[in-house]
Amino acid sequence: MNIIIIEKMSKHYPIGGGKFTALKDIDLEFTKGEFTGIVGPSGSGKTTLLNIIGSLDTQSEGNVEVMGNPIRKLSSKKAAKLRSQHIGFIFQTYNLLPVYTVFENVEFPLILLGISAEKRKEAVLDALEWVGLSDKAKSRPAQLSGGECQRVAIARAIVKKPNLVLADEPTANLDAENSHHILKTMKKLNEKLGTTFIFSTHDAKVIQYLRRKISLLDGKVSNDEIINEDDYDL
Amino acid sequence: MIFRLAMKNILGAGLRTWLNIFILSLSYFVIIALQGLYVGWQDDASREMKNWDFAGGQYWQETYDPYDPFTLEESHATIPEDLQKLIANGEAISILFSPATIYTDGRMRNIVLKGIEPSQNLIELPTNFLTDSDGEINCIIGSGFADNLNIKEGDYIVLRWRDKNGTYDACDLKVAHIFSTTVITVESNQVWISLSILQEMLGLPNEGTIITVKDEKYKKEFFSWQHKDLDFLLLDLTKMIKAKTIGSSIMYMLMLFLAMLAIFDTQVLSIFRRRKEMGTMMALGMTRLKIIQLFTLEGVLHAVLAILMGAVYGIPLLSHFEKVGMKIGMDAKEWGLSGLDDALYPVYGWKLVFGTIVLVLIIVTIVSFLPTRKIAKLKPTDALRGKMTK
Repeated sequence: MNIIIIEKMSKHYPIGGGKFTALKDIDLEFTKGEFTGIVGPSGSGKTTLLNIIGSLDTQSEGNVEVMGNPIRKLSSKKAAKLRSQHIGFIFQTYNLLPVYTVFENVEFPLILLGISAEKRKEAVLDALEWVGLSDKAKSRPAQLSGGECQRVAIARAIVKKPNLVLADEPTANLDAENSHHILKTMKKLNEKLGTTFIFSTHDAKVIQYLRRKISLLDGKVSNDEIINEDDYDL
Repeated sequence: MIFRLAMKNILGAGLRTWLNIFILSLSYFVIIALQGLYVGWQDDASREMKNWDFAGGQYWQETYDPYDPFTLEESHATIPEDLQKLIANGEAISILFSPATIYTDGRMRNIVLKGIEPSQNLIELPTNFLTDSDGEINCIIGSGFADNLNIKEGDYIVLRWRDKNGTYDACDLKVAHIFSTTVITVESNQVWISLSILQEMLGLPNEGTIITVKDEKYKKEFFSWQHKDLDFLLLDLTKMIKAKTIGSSIMYMLMLFLAMLAIFDTQVLSIFRRRKEMGTMMALGMTRLKIIQLFTLEGVLHAVLAILMGAVYGIPLLSHFEKVGMKIGMDAKEWGLSGLDDALYPVYGWKLVFGTIVLVLIIVTIVSFLPTRKIAKLKPTDALRGKMTK
């Protein structure tokens, strides 16, 4: 079942009097439960593609549907609702809210969904357990290592059990050991919860964990391949 | 939800928040303290002026003009019958004015000689000292005027006056009592003697210049007499206090402006510094409207917390001043202001306190909201990159 359909999608940015094409004629489909990486060098359009899928941005041409929602036609309020209900984000720089504790950061998406305090607590503790940070619930982001911050970001992304998690260079700021730990955690959650994970990365370490690898070059899909699942080392 | 988040955000900002809150709480305190002083002064002064001078209102002989001393000589008329009845019942008093000159300490001084019934108790003037004894004419004068003339109780002063026929005469007055009052209008350059004596001296039996009545509602019209109600009689005081209030307003507006500047600056800085945070909130599904509400509420919460902080130090301080008054630090009479005692006793009414709180809350809300309008145009992708959308 396709949860994301992208047809003839292009994205242009105005530059001076002309335009810069970040993505051109993209045709892609993603099914539920995928663990997919979008790879490519800097400036190839990975982040732009993730932003459009995540309804943070809109395409200039073509059609993009995420869980049946045509991205370009969504109002800002409906786009926010789509993100709130169905999409989790993981960022390269973690983007944790600095004045909140780990618990409160993970709890934040559930507050936006209007979930009761009791259910929120249960869900947050579960999420922290999945990422191995149950003992850090009361810590603040400034007290955590980079790897721990990213695990908090993962917990925040998956706490509402979304259909889709979009991760933009999630291991770019981490050392090898933490990168493997993060990827294993995400892979485990992908299998446990059936959540679709889409990464943007140019980190070679990530590629070995992917089930599907989409290569972007100069805003175009240069390769789209399924990787042998036997290679996974979980 | 928004409230909880806003509270966490501003408390999480630490010292900057508390400094803003302190400045804002000072604004509350200064506004309430200063306004309370003026309200207290007006209350005190009005009460004192009613007690010492105006009672429930006055009738003025039609040519009498307190700002024109040349009218004094002619400003007298026979007291209407109805008013005479009131006087007989103790519900009114008649006062007769005459320009006169006193000689004391080798110097001449122009004064207003006022005659009043010694047995009256409508106003607080200690007229009982005017009862004649041993053939002497007793007078009373205010302490400020006495200090000015270097006169003590028991001293004699030479009085020269002109009767209704224009004939000058002179006599000695014995200073029977020196009274203390904050009401300048019954003290300044005035010498009080018994009404019957003054009527006799001037040859004006049964005449008066003003009639002070007890009942505020008594407003009957009489030929050649004009009724002056308390609003009119207190108009000068009200105008003066209003002018002083406007002057003091500049001070607290400045204070408020500084506090607002701090809030505005904090908001602008907050929005600038927290773009990435806003982008994250948008990515997590928060609408722009909610983010605007959140940031505005953060600003407003400064004002709410300032109320609490202000209450902590303000209530004990203001209560203390209300009880012991605020010392002016010099002789208030030198300022020439009626009703101004050595200490001012402020009055803090609910109207003043709530009015100030509401005023500050409204201003803070506006100041907090203005910078957040930028968020309405902010694209999530720009915010996540730490940029502002142009």
